[in-house]
Amino acid sequence: MTVRSTLLGAGFAGLLVACGGTETPVAPSEQASVPALPHVRTVTIPADDSFVEQLQTALITAQEGDTITLPEGTFSLTDGLSLDVDRVTLVGAGQGKTVLSFKGQEGAGEGLLVTSDDVVLTGFTMQDTAGDGIKSKGADRITYQNLTVEWTGGPLATNGAYGVYPVESTDVLVDQVTVRGASDAGIYVGQSRNIIVRSSLVEYNVAGIEIENSIGADVFDNVAENNTGGILVFDLPDLPQVGGHSTRIFQNKIINNNTDNFAPPGNIVGTVPSGSGVMVLANNNVHVFDNELANNRTAHVLLAAYQDPFEDERYNPLPRNVVIRDNTYSGGGDDPQSIMAELAAALGGSLPPIVWDGVTRWGGGAPQDVNLVLAEDESIGFLSLGLGAYPLDPAAMAPTPERPAATPVDEPAPIVIGHDTAS
Amino acid sequence: MTRQAKSCARSVRGCVLAFAIGFAVSLGGCSVPAQEGGGPDLAVILAQSPAPKLADYGLFLDAAATEPAARVLGYDLINPLFSDHATKTRLVFVPEGARAQYVETDVLSLPVGSVLIKSFGYAQTSRIETRLLIHKASGWVGYPYVWNDDQTEAHYAPIGAKRDVEITSPLGEVLSFQYAVPNQNQCKTCHQAGDDITPIGPKARNLGSDQIALWSGVGLLSGAPQDIAEMPSIAVSQGTLDARARAYLDINCAHCHKSDGAASNSGLWLGWEEESAVKLGIGKHPTAAGRGAGALSRVIEPGQPGQSILSFRMASAEAGVAMPELGRRIVDKEGLDLINQWIGELPND
Repeated sequence: MTVRSTLLGAGFAGLLVACGGTETPVAPSEQASVPALPHVRTVTIPADDSFVEQLQTALITAQEGDTITLPEGTFSLTDGLSLDVDRVTLVGAGQGKTVLSFKGQEGAGEGLLVTSDDVVLTGFTMQDTAGDGIKSKGADRITYQNLTVEWTGGPLATNGAYGVYPVESTDVLVDQVTVRGASDAGIYVGQSRNIIVRSSLVEYNVAGIEIENSIGADVFDNVAENNTGGILVFDLPDLPQVGGHSTRIFQNKIINNNTDNFAPPGNIVGTVPSGSGVMVLANNNVHVFDNELANNRTAHVLLAAYQDPFEDERYNPLPRNVVIRDNTYSGGGDDPQSIMAELAAALGGSLPPIVWDGVTRWGGGAPQDVNLVLAEDESIGFLSLGLGAYPLDPAAMAPTPERPAATPVDEPAPIVIGHDTAS
Repeated sequence: MTRQAKSCARSVRGCVLAFAIGFAVSLGGCSVPAQEGGGPDLAVILAQSPAPKLADYGLFLDAAATEPAARVLGYDLINPLFSDHATKTRLVFVPEGARAQYVETDVLSLPVGSVLIKSFGYAQTSRIETRLLIHKASGWVGYPYVWNDDQTEAHYAPIGAKRDVEITSPLGEVLSFQYAVPNQNQCKTCHQAGDDITPIGPKARNLGSDQIALWSGVGLLSGAPQDIAEMPSIAVSQGTLDARARAYLDINCAHCHKSDGAASNSGLWLGWEEESAVKLGIGKHPTAAGRGAGALSRVIEPGQPGQSILSFRMASAEAGVAMPELGRRIVDKEGLDLINQWIGELPND
C-alpha cells in the first residue's frame, strides 16, 4: 500500500496552494429523472451571471431532442462552446438580440463546434471569435438559420477564418445568415454533400460564400456585397474529399465586392483578386445564372485553374463544364487588382465581365476539353487570357475575346434537403 | 524532455514495477482482504451517467485517491503528450475475469468495464484534475473530475475548470498561466475515432516491452508477443532525429490529425505509420488555417522551419493560432526545438 500511495504521491507531494479560477460546476440534477425517449425538453438559460456555465452545461449534458433557449442580452464568453448530442435545437431571441461575444477568447479553435447530427442553430449572434465562428464537422442535416456571425472591428487579417463552417457533412442548410468580417470565407461549406445556402447576407469578408470540394450545392437569393470576392466555387488537391461538382449559383445579388484582400497570406483565398464577383476554380459542372452582378472592379466572373504543382492523382485543376447564362452585368472590370492588374495592363487596363485564364493542361499533359458554356448575349464581353498552362508566364499570354466552343451541360436537379420545410 | 520529467518517469515506472509485484501476488491465489469501500464498482463504472464524485467508482481505497484498489495498475508512456508541463499519473483498471487484447499498431483493445485514470497536477501546487476514460457497453466515454482545494475529493466537472498556476519550467523559467481542465466534449475532440471515442496513449509501441510483459504477467493482457517494436524515447534521445520527430508528432498531433480524427478535413495526417510526404505536410498548403498559417504557405517547408506553419503554430500560445488547440496554454520549447531541427534537416528537393 505504501507503494501505491507513492505512485501518486511522487507527482503531487508538495505544498497545497489555494487555487484561483472558477468554482467547479455541478451537473444539473434534473438529468436523472428525465426519461430517455421520446424526449422533448426545453432548457432555458437564464440571463444572469450563471449564463455561461449553464449554457456550457446544457450543451454538454443535453439529451437527444432537447431545445436549449437563450435569453435576450449580450453575454461574454472566453472559451469555445461545443455540442455533441443529436437532435438538439439551440435557439436565441433573434439576430442582434441574443449576442454571444467572444472578444478576448482564450481557448478552442472556434466559438461553437457542433459534431452531432440533426442540430438546429437559430436566432442568435456570435461576435469576435478567436478562430472560426461556428464550425460543424461530420454534422449531417444541420440547420443554420437566422444567425449572425461577425467580427466587429471590420475586415482585419486577425479576424477568424470562417464565419459559418460546415465541413464533412451531408444535407447542410444555411438560411438567412449574416456574416461580416471573416478573414477567409463568410459562409464556407467544405468537403460536404447536398447543400443549400440561401437568403443570406455576406459582407466585408474575403470570400462571401465559398463552396469547396463539395458535391451538390444550390446557392441562391443571397446578397454578397463588399467582400473581396463574392461567391467562390473551388476544388483543391490533397484533401480527403476531392472532385467537387454540381453547384448552381443563381438569383444572387453580387455587388461591389471591392474590399482589399485581407486574408492572412498563405491561404488560398489570399490569391482572390479584390473585385471578383463569382470565381470558379478547378471545379466541375457549375451553373451561374440569373444573378445580378454589379461594380466588381476586377471582373464579374472569373474562371481559373489551380496554379500550383500537385501530386494528387484524383485531382483535376481545371474549371470545366461551367455554364454562365442569363445574368445581368453592370459596371465593374474597370480597375483590376493584383495579378489581374498586371495582365490587364497589357490589354488596355480593363477587363470584360467574364474572364477565363485559358488554361487547358497541367503537368506537361495534353490540352483538355474544358467545355465552358458562355451562353450570355453577344454584347456581354468575354476574355480568355490564353495562358495554356501554369506556372504563369505573361509572355505566354494569348488573349482572345472569342468564346470557346462548347456542348450543352445538363443542369443538376434542385437540391432537396429533407429537414428543410422550404425545399 | 527534461530532467524533472525524466526522473519523474523513472520514479513512476519504478512504482509500477514495485506495485505490480504486489498485484501479481494478490492474483496468485492469496485472498485479497475485504477492501475499504469494496473496490471498483462495475455498476457505477457502467452506469449511463457519470458519478458525482471520483470516489464513487471505487477505483481507489480512499477518497483522496492515493491508494489504487485491486486490479488498478499504474503505467507510464515512453512518450507522453505535452500538457503544459503538468505531472501526469496514469492507471488502468480491467475488470475481474477480463483481459485486454494485444494490438500491434493501435491502442490495446481494452474490454468493456475498463477504465483509464489520468491525473494532472503540478508538484509546486497540487492535483488539479483526474480524467476518466470508461469503456461502457455503448463505447468509450470521457468524464472530467476536478479536485477541491483541500485535495480530499474530486467532483464531476462536465464544463471543465480553470486554475491559475505558477510553475518553474524544466528550463528554469517561471511561468504563470491559466491551466484549463478540458470540458467533457473536448475529451472527444482529442479522443475521436470516427463517431466514437477511443483511448490514445496505451499503444503497445508507446508502453514498451517491459510494461507489455508486465501487463501480460499480471493477467491484464493477452496475445502479446515477446518483442514489441517500441517508439524511441524522445526524453533520452533514442533513435534517429527523424524517428524522434515522428514520435513527437504521433503522440502530440496524430490523435486529431488522422483520417478519422477531429482534424481529418485538413488532410494533414501526422501518425507514426503515415508515409505520404504531402499528408505529413511536406510542401502542403494550409487548408482552413486562417491566421493560423501566419504569413506562410506551406505546412512544412523542408530545410526551413521558419517558413513552416507547423513550427509557427507550435511556437504560438494564442487561441486560434496555437496547435494543439486544446490542453496547451504554453509553448513546448523542447518539442519545438526537436521539430525545428527535424524540419531544418529535411532535404529540400
